[in-house]
Amino acid sequence: MDLTQLVFYLSAGLAVVSSILMITRKNPVYSAMFLVVTLFALAAIYVLQNAHFLGALQVIVYAGAIMVLFLFVIMLLNLGHDFEPDVRGKLAWVFAGGLGLVIFAEMLTALRTIPESTAGVDVLSPWLSERGAVAGVAEPLFRNYAVAVEITGVLLLVAMVGAVVIAKRRA
Amino acid sequence: MFVESLVLSALLFAIGTVGVLLRRNAIVMFMCIELMLNAVNLTLVTISRYVGVEAQLFVIFVMTVAAAEAAVGLAIIISIFRHYGSADVRNFRLLRW
Repeated sequence: MDLTQLVFYLSAGLAVVSSILMITRKNPVYSAMFLVVTLFALAAIYVLQNAHFLGALQVIVYAGAIMVLFLFVIMLLNLGHDFEPDVRGKLAWVFAGGLGLVIFAEMLTALRTIPESTAGVDVLSPWLSERGAVAGVAEPLFRNYAVAVEITGVLLLVAMVGAVVIAKRRA
Repeated sequence: MFVESLVLSALLFAIGTVGVLLRRNAIVMFMCIELMLNAVNLTLVTISRYVGVEAQLFVIFVMTVAAAEAAVGLAIIISIFRHYGSADVRNFRLLRW
């Protein structure tokens, strides 16, 4: 087992353990903190899989911006210490756990139908080593998908205005 | 590492589903949805090795839409909290029979 695989299994275990802790902690602040750990572990896995730019983006956008938004709202609603226990009862545990197992088994069954991984040819590494980690992503993004980038910018503007309008206190 | 990564993504998606079904706090349910989005992103990053860099571009768009969705969703939760004084989903029953 080489170092890449060791780091992969460490990050994967960290992601799974902290996401399980996230859905079982009663305090929402602890849940948010464990979600941050999961997101960092996923960023490490992105870097291992030749997606260096996306790893940086994951840390900046998810673990930075989105999680700060979550923690800010938890703080604003004062859910940190006056939280009511919100985990459902025994029956919901059985139902949710059973459904989760069914979904996992279903996706594993779908995985068995993909061809052997050795059959595919690695097209990503030559592309990125030729252009570099950032330009390899940015060049097709701004050349072939420029319209999608513009529309996404409009979507962000609409979401920002919508969030301000919805959260504004009625006078 | 290819198949293991896809299995990890399936496991994280299943954990996110269990979390949405298990919790009553709207904010924690929202965090579980973010976890499911991340599991899908992991699948896309993994297959980008064989389908090319387009899969990674798709991840960038998913992240952008997730950020927009988080902003609007948290604004809705704040608005509901002002109305009911709690973020418990049992309060959101206007459309229930």
